[in-house]
Amino acid sequence: MSLRIENLSVHHGAIHAVNDISFTVPKGQLAALIGANGAGKTTLLRTLSGLTKSSHGTAHWNSLNLLQSKPENSVRNGVSHVSEGKSVIPELTVEENLEIGALWRRNRKEMIESKKSVIEIFPRLGERLSQRADTLSGGERQMLALSRSLMSKPELLLLDEPSLGLAPLVVEQIFQSIRELTTSMGITVLLVEQNAMGALKIADVGIVLNLGKVAVSGSASTLMADPQVRAAYLGY
Amino acid sequence: MFQILNTFLIGITSGSIYALMAISMVLVWRSTRVVNFAQAGMALLSTYFGYEVVNRFDSYWLALPVAMISGAVVAAFIELVFMRVLLKHSNSGPIASIAPIIATLGLLGLIKAFIGFFWGNQDVNIESPLSTVGFSIGTQTLSLSPMKLLILIAVSMLLLVLTFVFQKTNIGLALRASAYAPEISRLAGIKVDLVRTFGWALAGAAGGAAGMLQTANGNGALSPDSLEFSLLLAFGFIAAVIGGLDSLLGAVFGALLLGLVLAFVLTYVGGSLVFITAFVLLLVVLIVRPAGLISQKAGRRA
Ligand SMILES: Nc1ncnc2c1ncn2[C@@H]1O[C@H](COP(=O)(O)OP(=O)(O)OP(=O)(O)O)[C@@H](O)[C@H]1O
Ligand SMILES: [Mg+2]
Repeated sequence: MSLRIENLSVHHGAIHAVNDISFTVPKGQLAALIGANGAGKTTLLRTLSGLTKSSHGTAHWNSLNLLQSKPENSVRNGVSHVSEGKSVIPELTVEENLEIGALWRRNRKEMIESKKSVIEIFPRLGERLSQRADTLSGGERQMLALSRSLMSKPELLLLDEPSLGLAPLVVEQIFQSIRELTTSMGITVLLVEQNAMGALKIADVGIVLNLGKVAVSGSASTLMADPQVRAAYLGY
Repeated sequence: MFQILNTFLIGITSGSIYALMAISMVLVWRSTRVVNFAQAGMALLSTYFGYEVVNRFDSYWLALPVAMISGAVVAAFIELVFMRVLLKHSNSGPIASIAPIIATLGLLGLIKAFIGFFWGNQDVNIESPLSTVGFSIGTQTLSLSPMKLLILIAVSMLLLVLTFVFQKTNIGLALRASAYAPEISRLAGIKVDLVRTFGWALAGAAGGAAGMLQTANGNGALSPDSLEFSLLLAFGFIAAVIGGLDSLLGAVFGALLLGLVLAFVLTYVGGSLVFITAFVLLLVVLIVRPAGLISQKAGRRA
């Protein structure tokens, strides 16, 4: 049971955005994927969820061939991707944003149960169920995007920069919730982050991308101690 | 005073039929971002199916749902085998943005030719199931006949059903989500392609109803080159644009407004100015409020 990526390459026209990447994330671990702007992090996640076509290599979640599976089918197999930016639908209410994550299960009862359990994790959403999503603050929207994803009961979560544009205190909160998901619910997480320090602090393993290639990888604590990584990516 | 009331009734009745057409334009626009000029042809074809039922079973009441169902099937078929392929292949290049629109015009011609081939180019007739003679109050005749009353009731019911489907059902939520944010919807597990086909089917059903009601409201004549259907398309489109093209509520509002304005122009100014008024109204809205009179974007923050 793991996320396995082997020799994966992705092109945007002539740009080789993901260049021969290989790594494995064992089940139940939180992996931080860090790297500078344009390193290929978003491209990698979009390829794993089936939004972008790969040009070479393989990627599997357990026995599911991620590169052959459309996003709407990957969700049905336990893989959920929260895309970059505050990934909510502003015209819908908070409750509707939650519900769309569980429509595919066609089970009213399970939907209500899932809603209850995500509201337990993020009580602020519970107080705002009938509000339109565009009335939420940035942090609340990020919580909503994460909750929508949880509504589909994922086993593997692909998160693209959940800390984007949030105040430090809110970032802390979101990171703690993500850590909780792995620890208490056993969800495997691939967390893409610009906030390298914050991400490595909560992660089990870290992968540093540079110009589409894996520059360094290893346990999160090793990476944080590595002087080269500190200088290049952690800024001290 | 009585004339004002009658003009109002005429406007509301024709406006409610435009509303069905406008709704079908909006549904297609929301699900695939295509302005579907073939909608007139699709509505016409469904109405011909309705005509067949009237002809064989002598029942308008059976023909109306048959026209709606066949409209849904035809629309779903067109989306599946035609538009889906077309949109996939025309996503780049200089004509990418207009190719689908041109294609719907081609489709319109194709459907008309098809109808001419099967039913001939002469008029056929659908008789009104109810009297088209207005109720009378004392010595005066009201511009509200049993048929017009049926139209108002039928359209109101269809609108209620549609509102219920959109606001209260899972498929309605999927339709709205897919229209606003297809990518997020796919990531949430919604089969957006399937939802699109369903959106087209709903549009086809609304078009079929519009065609049947319009024909019974007019002189009952039906032909491949029916002017009535071309007008229905034009007015439905204008109404949809007035309403912002993205909003079902806006489409209904635009259609009723258009129906009323045209009825008053017809009664108090003159028949020759009706079309001019319709297009002037369209231009004014496009210039003054290009997002439509009821704009959904208004409440939308970045
Ligand atoms: N749709 C696209 N078309 C063309 N080039 C693209 C596209 N998406 C990404 N790229 C290019 O691919 C490279 C990797 O981009 P990507 O968005 O994956 O980086 P990233 O690591 O997520 O960056 P950031 O931290 O800024 O989000 C960049 O050079 C980018 O310009
Ligand atoms: Mg990115």
